[in-house]
Amino acid sequence: MIPGMKLGLGLLGAVGATLLGVAMISEFQAPPLEVVQRGFRGVAMEVNYNEKQLATYLAENKVPASLPQAPAAGAKAGAVYKNVQVLGDLSVGQFTRLMVSITNWVSPKQGCAYCHNTANMAEDNLYTKIVSRRMFQMTQYINADWQQHVQGTGVTCYTCHRGNPVPKNIWFTDPGPRTSGSGMISAGAATGQNLAAKSVNYASLPYDPFTPFLENDHSIRVQGDEALPGSNRHSIKEAEWTFALMNYFSNSLGVNCTYCHNSRAFSDWSQSSPAKVVAWHGINMTRNLNNDYLKSLTNAWPANRLGATGDSPKLACATCHQGVYKPLYGVSMLKDFPELAHPGGAGLAYLNASWTPPGGSLEQAKPADQPKISQ
Amino acid sequence: MAEYQNLFTRVQVRGPVYAGVPVTGTSWTRSGKPFYIHIFGKLGDAQVGPLYLGITGIASLVCGFIAFEIIGLNMWASVNWDPVQFVRQLFWLALEPPAPSYGLRFPPLAQGGWWLMAGFFLTASILLWWTRIYLRAKVLGLGNHVAWAFASAIWLYLVLGFIRPLLMGSWSEAVPFGIFPHLDWTAAFSLRYGNLFYNPFHMLSIVFLYGSTLLFAMHGATVLAISRFGAERELEQIIDRGTAFERGTLFWRWTMGWAASAESIHRWAWWFAILTPLTGGIGILLTGTVVDNWFLWGVKHGIAPSYPAVWGQVVDPALTQGAIR
Repeated sequence: MIPGMKLGLGLLGAVGATLLGVAMISEFQAPPLEVVQRGFRGVAMEVNYNEKQLATYLAENKVPASLPQAPAAGAKAGAVYKNVQVLGDLSVGQFTRLMVSITNWVSPKQGCAYCHNTANMAEDNLYTKIVSRRMFQMTQYINADWQQHVQGTGVTCYTCHRGNPVPKNIWFTDPGPRTSGSGMISAGAATGQNLAAKSVNYASLPYDPFTPFLENDHSIRVQGDEALPGSNRHSIKEAEWTFALMNYFSNSLGVNCTYCHNSRAFSDWSQSSPAKVVAWHGINMTRNLNNDYLKSLTNAWPANRLGATGDSPKLACATCHQGVYKPLYGVSMLKDFPELAHPGGAGLAYLNASWTPPGGSLEQAKPADQPKISQ
Repeated sequence: MAEYQNLFTRVQVRGPVYAGVPVTGTSWTRSGKPFYIHIFGKLGDAQVGPLYLGITGIASLVCGFIAFEIIGLNMWASVNWDPVQFVRQLFWLALEPPAPSYGLRFPPLAQGGWWLMAGFFLTASILLWWTRIYLRAKVLGLGNHVAWAFASAIWLYLVLGFIRPLLMGSWSEAVPFGIFPHLDWTAAFSLRYGNLFYNPFHMLSIVFLYGSTLLFAMHGATVLAISRFGAERELEQIIDRGTAFERGTLFWRWTMGWAASAESIHRWAWWFAILTPLTGGIGILLTGTVVDNWFLWGVKHGIAPSYPAVWGQVVDPALTQGAIR
């Protein structure tokens, strides 16, 4: 063999091995992997943990210490302060404790001034105050009316915010890449898929699985309940949209498909884990919250908080879960903040009836190029 | 010691370049003067050419080029003609078939019309290439085994992209052109039709696929193992007793009690290879047309066992609470 060629092949091998090594380090997890069996033996319904990754997740999902409880006795916040619309029933002590807590949870760096005009705390001149009032209502609504999903654990501001004024893992309708389409050429936006998208864990599946399922209510179920054809009209393309949503789901919760499903029959409830029922309520809850709470703030947000199509920021599984099967590993912060457990004040203040969206109309711009699911 | 592990052909025989046996009954014979390339000789035979392209070959290449361009340009357009994104996201990009609402009609170009055009030209290209293979074998006086093996692959291709969509009444049932997209499509296809693993023809296809790899490994290993006795030198095997070939046969007689013959091993491998896409194609053709949910079909026919309900009764909440979503 020619010496030069030997060297060349050797170099080629070294480059190949390096690339493979980099790919393995970046794409694969180092053993050991802990496997927890959940379902019947042999059906692979299990949860996989990587010890090192678990340590990171545990550190990231620590619950902050709660401030000591304040006495319920004494003057009500609603009577002492002006313009307290949601939390007026709390005592001044409780109210102050909650305000300090939310500052720690949501705007630890920015402080009170992130939402308040510090010269006149009662003023509603900052959009952040309008938004946080609505978010208080939403939190109370979730804890009171969506226990089928949040159970007794409940949620607080911290569940989503984690010290960020704008929670991570929010979503906007994705109109796809702008194309100078002459009408002759099919573009990514036409199909809503086939781009490397983080939302679906870099599959080529539809990159905005949120809008059709978690804002609108397109059918997620694509499998038929009869062996033979006739009753099921869903298309393979619809299956791709469902597959995209489920990819997002799996990623958001840090679990496999088999956390909820028996993969041999995805649609069969009788073979599924009870977690699938909780997840089903979660989908309904998310759709409800996006439509009744997040979208109601469309006119309140400044332009830089809106999406490419002028839509409100919206929530989905990862907003709370952040890669963990139960947000904050199921530790309840709500028990320390009972005032968030149910609508306070006027009792029904959380109902939409009492909510006047800022700017009046709830009507949202409906861009023509909004991704649509192919039926 | 490591001789037999060499990936490359170690001996290159160099004689005068050879134009091949004379053929009659064809107007266009061969073009180009054959020559040697050393590197090619590492992987196969070092001689390149002469080449026969012919009418079908040229037509096939032209059609293939048109399909390739339609697919590539549509992919590039989907990232707004950005060359960097085109390269970066190439494996993700695709040309999708039309939406289900178009049925079997010809949709506007941007809505799947290009997909139909690409499919037409790609199919034409493949069928022309098949014709070329068939005709070349015939002219050389060979059997048509290669053509029929290729036809088996074409059968699966046509079922996926043409025959099944026709029966389903919608082009949208076909496969997108794209690297990752066609893989995601495959997963979605199985999800939509209730798990392809319960499709008996899918099972058969897997048997033949795995069987093919097994046979190929056995055959390849046997020939390489006896190449130290000159098994690759065809003429000697035929003439002499106690040759490499005889040792190979004896090896399998000792280990399995029975051996394939030099001819039958190729028949086995050929049939296994042929039957992989042939049975697979039947399985795809039955999906959606004859069976809608393969898991439930499996339950009906006693091939899907039931397992104990370890969580007790889990019931669809949509039955009691609100719409089925």
